[in-house]
Amino acid sequence: MQTKRPRNINPLSISLPIGALVSITHRLSGILVFLLIPFFLWALQISLVSPEGFNVLKDYLQSPLYKIVVILAAAGLAFHLLAGLRHLLMDLHIGESLTAGRLSARLVILLSLLLTIYFVYKLGSVAL
Amino acid sequence: MSLGGTGLRDWLVQRYTAVFLGIYTLFLVGFVLMHNELTYEDWLALFASPFMQICTLFALVCVAFHAWVGLWTVLTDYVKPLFLRYLLEGVIIFTLFGYVVWGIFVLWG
Repeated sequence: MQTKRPRNINPLSISLPIGALVSITHRLSGILVFLLIPFFLWALQISLVSPEGFNVLKDYLQSPLYKIVVILAAAGLAFHLLAGLRHLLMDLHIGESLTAGRLSARLVILLSLLLTIYFVYKLGSVAL
Repeated sequence: MSLGGTGLRDWLVQRYTAVFLGIYTLFLVGFVLMHNELTYEDWLALFASPFMQICTLFALVCVAFHAWVGLWTVLTDYVKPLFLRYLLEGVIIFTLFGYVVWGIFVLWG
């Protein structure tokens, strides 16, 4: 193995193709959703334990900190689900060509952004 | 340290659990959106039904397997020191197992 070959390991110096961008974001969103599992479980627990707990959770949603966590969770889930769906379709040999792959990558980014914006809008209307 | 010793099995597990989790998530989001103002009674009734309880437990088990395959892949790609990688894998396995147990307590506790 050559040891003196030029290496380009700074990811910021590489312009990522859109498919690679969606791929790495798929991983990052997966890690994010994993880290938020205790938050989901805690929310489910407190929401089911009593009517008071349910209302406490609703009150929590008024605070900016909880809103940020919930929006992060929604954005992460939306992206991870859509990017995962793209992979499942490709496993079924749907949209495997380079052109279709680039198009679906753009769609994943666009749709997940729209879903997140819709969710932020919904969250605002619930809290007010 | 792959799940069943074969990459193919991991690959299948990742996809089957993904399909179930996708359907479960869409159902839950749909349920919340269908109610303009979700009440505690609606929410409790949903999770008091045995079907939903079983589905939720199964979703949690799916999360554990899905997260394990995904995080195993990520750790194998990015964490090169073996000691650190195995340590993190151990932490992840116990954490995921703990989440399933926690879920059982939430559902039936």
